[in-house]
Amino acid sequence: MEKPVIAVVADSLGAGRVTRLDANVWQWLAIVFPILLAAALPFALSKYHVFELTMVMIYAVAVLGLNILTGFNGQISLGHGGFFAAGAYTTAILMHRYGIPYWTTLPAAALVCFVLGVLFGLPALRFEGPYLALVTLAMALATPQLLKYFDTWTGGQQGINLVKPDAPHWLHLDQDRWLYFVALAALLIAIRIAANLLRGRTGRALVAIRDQPIAAAAMGIHTARYKTLAFGTSTLFTGVAGALAAIVVGYVSPEGYSLFLSVSFLVGSAVGGIATIGGAIVGGLFIQFVPNLANDISDAAPWAIYGLAMLLFMYAMPRGVVGTLGPWIAGWLRRLVP
Amino acid sequence: MAPILQLNRVKAFYGQSEVLHGIDVAVEEGGMTVLLGANGAGKTTTLRAICGMVRHEGEILFAGQQLERRSTEAIAGLGVAHVPEGRGTFIGLTVEENLRLGGYARPRQSSANIERMYGYFPILGERRRRQAGELSGGQQQMLAIARALMMTPRLLVLDEPSFGLAPLIVEDIFKIIDRIRREETVSVLLVEQNASLALEAADHAYLIETGYIVTSGTAKALANDPQIRRSYLGY
Amino acid sequence: MHQLLQQIFSGLASGAIYASVALALVMIYRATDLVNFAQGEMAMFSTYIAWTLVNAGLPFWAAFVITLIVSFLGGMAIERVIIRPVENAPVLAAVIVTIALLLIFNSTAGWIYSYTVQDFPSPFPDRPLLGALITTRDLGVIVVTLIMLVLLFLFFRFTSTGLAMRAAAQNPESARLCGISVGLMLAIGWGLAAAIGATAGIMVAPVLFLDPNMMGGVLIYAFAGALLGGITSPVGAVVGGLIVGVTENLVGTYLIASQLKLTVAFALIILVLVFKPNGLFGTAIIRRV
Repeated sequence: MEKPVIAVVADSLGAGRVTRLDANVWQWLAIVFPILLAAALPFALSKYHVFELTMVMIYAVAVLGLNILTGFNGQISLGHGGFFAAGAYTTAILMHRYGIPYWTTLPAAALVCFVLGVLFGLPALRFEGPYLALVTLAMALATPQLLKYFDTWTGGQQGINLVKPDAPHWLHLDQDRWLYFVALAALLIAIRIAANLLRGRTGRALVAIRDQPIAAAAMGIHTARYKTLAFGTSTLFTGVAGALAAIVVGYVSPEGYSLFLSVSFLVGSAVGGIATIGGAIVGGLFIQFVPNLANDISDAAPWAIYGLAMLLFMYAMPRGVVGTLGPWIAGWLRRLVP
Repeated sequence: MAPILQLNRVKAFYGQSEVLHGIDVAVEEGGMTVLLGANGAGKTTTLRAICGMVRHEGEILFAGQQLERRSTEAIAGLGVAHVPEGRGTFIGLTVEENLRLGGYARPRQSSANIERMYGYFPILGERRRRQAGELSGGQQQMLAIARALMMTPRLLVLDEPSFGLAPLIVEDIFKIIDRIRREETVSVLLVEQNASLALEAADHAYLIETGYIVTSGTAKALANDPQIRRSYLGY
Repeated sequence: MHQLLQQIFSGLASGAIYASVALALVMIYRATDLVNFAQGEMAMFSTYIAWTLVNAGLPFWAAFVITLIVSFLGGMAIERVIIRPVENAPVLAAVIVTIALLLIFNSTAGWIYSYTVQDFPSPFPDRPLLGALITTRDLGVIVVTLIMLVLLFLFFRFTSTGLAMRAAAQNPESARLCGISVGLMLAIGWGLAAAIGATAGIMVAPVLFLDPNMMGGVLIYAFAGALLGGITSPVGAVVGGLIVGVTENLVGTYLIASQLKLTVAFALIILVLVFKPNGLFGTAIIRRV
């Protein structure tokens, strides 16, 4: 029996704890209202703000991918920027070289990144903790170098320019607003998939593997299969995000996929809450806005301010915003149910 | 004679759960007191509360000093030597290094004390350069007790010294504890599941069940108590 | 053959730097189960302090010693003030804190000292030795590193504080029961790591030239070296660091141009890890059920 969507929202706020909630007018509002708000926003904001929010949602999908791996599977990846790049360049090459329409490239990017994730996941299974961090770090470092090296495909240092797509003409939307809704749709689909994945058998298996790997194996959970699946799903999400980013920004180049991007995803994941779905959105907001805010505060040492922001978040909410506030809000929400 | 250790209305908590519900325990100076009880009764929790390793309320007095708000290392410095559950041996270090660590708070007497420990436990002297993790269970228990004695403590706190050891070895351990009581001036608080041995060795005894002290008295009195004989001594 | 030996020796010199930073990483990891990603930037900052002192007129070795002391105290302060709040938090929070430190140190150094690349004096003249097999500078680096390693070994093996630190790292609860202040031991550990890092930074600055991004690559290679040797083994850290240094040099000279050097070097390291997932000297992280 499928879980009512209401429960999904409460669950995600409650950081993955399963709560039984029946449908109720207040709870329907709690989920429908944010979506309506999100749909209305682009018409009230300038094009640049719309673009910023689009990037927030794209980063949220990327961070959600990382959450699946880190939060629910306990594997820390410093290399998700590489998969973001893989998705971006898949889209860019398909669009630029082969003239494939942008929306067709998305499933292609998803597939490519899933396969890459499974291929990396298999050997990565041997590594624990800091060793896995090293392997993924190597991927992150290798990415810009490899992108520059295979320049016949990737356009090397120059990168690839893409034509921003238009909305279907019967919608009468400009490009930025159309892409906003594309990203919004992608985010909602991603949340839905993640929620279903993680509430069900797969999710329980993943958490079991994370917390007690030996016991999980002893109970017959095929650890290798689930871990690889987690890796592949995680990279799929991040890869699709990368593809969307390429389309929205209209440009890919090796500089944009440095180690710092991978680190940003990890930071966004931790600040939001690694084992949560709602935390991915907080993470997206952090990645998009805090660097600019930091620059406003001090343009001489903006990354110091960014670092300070990271410190403050970790001291105040070591489990992330949603990880810390979520259980508290979920308890409050539960009290609303008679 | 005033008790060297006095617990008054002590409660202990793991997170939000209260596991000790206001217990009173006293250890006479120079005497040996045993805390008996089944698994999960709260024996180890009591010892951990004394050493500041678990959140607690209530009064804990050691030689007239309050222990409640002190850190574990400060309590150790005052002269309370705790041999924890599972021995707490530094398995990656040698036997002699383990002893030296026991003497950390008493550096000047350290070398002399080490030799005295090898006197009590010759087998440790033979294996002084070996990794502590290579010792057998009984030897590790001896090492743990020796490490505690290196602190020249006024109170020795032992958590289930018989745990996991063969009966012959346990007898040896208790003989050594007895000898130590006589030759060193140290009071002993012992926690044990092995009731018969413990009651034979101790002066006073307490019985703890699910966080409450249910009986207390001289060890002899408890050993003859028919209820205790049935539940804990098996006859 | 001559060139091969030359490259090996010069690889040993850079390997010595990696080995030092790797050792600092391993020390902190053994004590706190945490990889200090800020180790490189802390070392860079210390090097700038040394540079300031030298520019103010102090002789090199005086500046060196003062910098070590300042770095030691600074490392202790960082542990007590910055790391302590997340000591009992989830590991990822602590990781983020060290990354934050990395950013703060890097950005602050750029702000105070600007990003202009600076010269840094070396106490060793840059002259060829042993028939041009090795330069005096490289030899000096190796010797300084060796001295530092020996001093550290003696400290940990034969002093009571060193023993207490090893105990606190292995079994904090038992250490407390012996009257050892585990918090103080942690702080000293971070202080020592900072001092080691400072030494590495000062040794490498004449070669890499001083700028805020100087230690970025060093940290990455040191991290790889520490893991190659086994993140729980100090000996492994040193051996791993040296191997990485030599490998990096040989790959760069004989295999591939600088662009892909990093990738290839890492690929080789990871290949080794595939066969030895806990590094050459590391012990498996034992999981008790």
